[in-house]
Amino acid sequence: MPQTDSAAEGARILTICNACRYCEGYCAVFPAMEHRRAFAGADLNFLANLCHNCAECYYACQYAPPHAFAVNVPRVLAEIRAQSYRQYAWSNGRYTAGVFALGAVLAFVFARSAGPRFYDVIPHAFMVAVFGTISGFVLAALAIGAIRSAKEFGVRWDTKALARAAADVLTLEYLRSGGAGCTYPTERHSGARRWFHHCTFYGFLLCFASTTVAALYHYGLGRLAPYPYTSLPVLLGTFGGVGLLVGPAGLYWLKRRRDPATADANQNSMDLTFLSLLFATSLTGLLLLVLRASSGMAPMLLIHLALVAALFATLPYGKFVHGIYRSLALLRYALEQRGGR
Amino acid sequence: MARHKVAAVLPEEPVRKECSTTELRYDLPRKGEGSLYQSDVVVIGGGNAALCAALSARESGASVTVLESAPQAFRGGNSRHTRNMRCMHPAPTDVLTDSYPEEEYFLDLMRVTSGDTNQQLARMLIRESPRAHAWMRTNGVRFQRALGGTLQLGRTNAFFLGGGKALLNAYYAAARARGIQVVYNAEVTGLCVPPREFVTGAVCVAGNATEFRAKAVVVASGGFESNFEWLQEAWGEAAQNFLVRGTPYNQGKLLRLLLESGARPVGDPKQCHAVAIDGRAPRYDGGIVTRLDCIPLGIVVNREGRRFYDEGEDLWPKRYAIWGRLVAQQPGQIAWAIIDSKVLGKFMPSVFPPVSGQTIGELAEALGLPRAALEHTVAGFNQSVTPGSFNPEALDDCGTTGLSPPKSHWAQRIDTPPFFGYPLRPGITFTYLGVEVNERAQVRLADGNYSPRILAAGEIMAGNILGKGYLAGLGMTIGTVFGRIAGLEAARAAN
Repeated sequence: MPQTDSAAEGARILTICNACRYCEGYCAVFPAMEHRRAFAGADLNFLANLCHNCAECYYACQYAPPHAFAVNVPRVLAEIRAQSYRQYAWSNGRYTAGVFALGAVLAFVFARSAGPRFYDVIPHAFMVAVFGTISGFVLAALAIGAIRSAKEFGVRWDTKALARAAADVLTLEYLRSGGAGCTYPTERHSGARRWFHHCTFYGFLLCFASTTVAALYHYGLGRLAPYPYTSLPVLLGTFGGVGLLVGPAGLYWLKRRRDPATADANQNSMDLTFLSLLFATSLTGLLLLVLRASSGMAPMLLIHLALVAALFATLPYGKFVHGIYRSLALLRYALEQRGGR
Repeated sequence: MARHKVAAVLPEEPVRKECSTTELRYDLPRKGEGSLYQSDVVVIGGGNAALCAALSARESGASVTVLESAPQAFRGGNSRHTRNMRCMHPAPTDVLTDSYPEEEYFLDLMRVTSGDTNQQLARMLIRESPRAHAWMRTNGVRFQRALGGTLQLGRTNAFFLGGGKALLNAYYAAARARGIQVVYNAEVTGLCVPPREFVTGAVCVAGNATEFRAKAVVVASGGFESNFEWLQEAWGEAAQNFLVRGTPYNQGKLLRLLLESGARPVGDPKQCHAVAIDGRAPRYDGGIVTRLDCIPLGIVVNREGRRFYDEGEDLWPKRYAIWGRLVAQQPGQIAWAIIDSKVLGKFMPSVFPPVSGQTIGELAEALGLPRAALEHTVAGFNQSVTPGSFNPEALDDCGTTGLSPPKSHWAQRIDTPPFFGYPLRPGITFTYLGVEVNERAQVRLADGNYSPRILAAGEIMAGNILGKGYLAGLGMTIGTVFGRIAGLEAARAAN
């Protein structure tokens, strides 16, 4: 990794932290730091991706600005994290993603025809072809990033460590702060961010499950969409959709109110893009459900499919990747805790 | 001498008040220079003891104003830099391992102070410590879970989650939630205690002189360790080379005010607790990260390149507190710890990288030490090292023969390049001088009586219990226990 200003600042700050260690009870970053004496390259990227940016350590820090040592761990790790996203990403794929997103939108617009049902507007095979292509690309790009980061963090298979890391991810252990909730968006402890993130994450999973069940219905049972309101795909999609409205809206609301001292302002556009796409995808999906028997169905379907295509194509180059790198960093941390260094 | 009447209208000109024996002097501010702070209880100071007093007085129904001399970002005095409190406990808890009975706690205190303690107050402090711990939790303080021995003090001391600043944040949040008024940049410059009803005082808030009035005052404004003029009175010119590990705001103004007014002093007026810290630390507020734990693993020389004390006399936790004074006694109040590559990484990392050299001569030049002298010292030391099995965890058998001063343990030849050096300076943690109090935290004034309306808590009265020496985490216990008592007594006096 090239030595950047942020990396140099990160090394400076973590050297101070390692001599202090008052924050070791807060999260995984500090115990992981204590295993190390020098902070550069892979170690810095690992610690940066381990950080959930809860900011507890900033408010507790006796060396935080205006102290001359000017220690601000959440911000410098956020900057390093953003650099690591660029480092791990399959950079040539960035343009491909743009082309795919645009291509999908145009394809849907040109392929549309009239009719009362979804597949009259966009033929099923056409839809599958477009999303199949995008998914293939997205999976490949995500896999490249995952492999690169996994190599740098040094992870390996270990069932117990995996279970521990999975639990940390699924419960957002490090946004709990021992039950008090983290110091986000301000110094006051609050569980809001964790719950809004849960809404977003589990909402996303429910929507994904909805699509999977629908595919099973289609291919396995020969039952074609649209499905009744009380059917499993629609129920999963509705609950997931509501989660994807509440979660991203809440996270955006918190982000607007957050203490600028602990944030890397350069990431605002990345965060906002992802949150907006999630919100808009969910909103149009739910509207489609309401309007599916009306004349509004065709335009809403087009808008919804275009947004889904844009969301998917940009996954490897946006905020979504934090989930992959954070999970792998937590796995590495669990391995270290089990003495696997 | 005229008794001072509380001024309902401030006088036109600053007045130097003549005080009777129970009065403390102050200059009244000019008329119209700011507002009057008034509440049942005024707490002077903004650290752990002050906030405990404020919360405790509020709990007892009093209205409370806190006058903190630091700006908000640096509030909290030396409590900002603390990490734990020493707590008696009969059985393991979620944050303390094993047990720490009253008698052992008391004997530890007697040992470090050589008996220079008010035993009655000490006993009360120890017995109150578990209750103080529980009370802290109800006020939002969180503790770090006991880490099963990884922390050396995990048995005797409860660690604040995130350290002292996190503790202060919790207290300030609680104070705000309970309607306690906190005034920052508020430096108290005078106190006046008429015989009945009110205590008044002069306070300078962000440069504007004004007055406060209360039915009782808690003085919890720390010692005088940041006041170089005062330190110079005890240490002479040498004091100018000291570093202050904590806040620059402990100027000792209230301590001086009380003592000059005849309050009875306790604690050694000429002593301070000082450790050897990295000489490159800032003059104030360097805190924990400037400490150096490498002294027992190498040798320490003065600016003439000569050793001056047994670096391996005893286990480091038992010896680190003497090195501040040892360095202070050297010419220029500076020394250097010299180690080689063998031991690098065997002590807690510190914040500044060591100075290095491929040879001892090179290192001497890099450190600005006389080359021949350092080479001579290291060669002489190396020759006298007796073989043994090196064990930094115990008093091992690696000593020296025929060396003066000897190095009793952990003596290894300094022969593996590169060689490293750290500059050392005396770093002052706190001062011992304070005011005498009773078990109700009442200050003993010139007439010999304990004042029901002038209470003291924290470092300003810690000398009652810790007359000398050092016991980790005791300062926070004193601050918490006496802060609570002072707040309660102040509220009682106000009623």
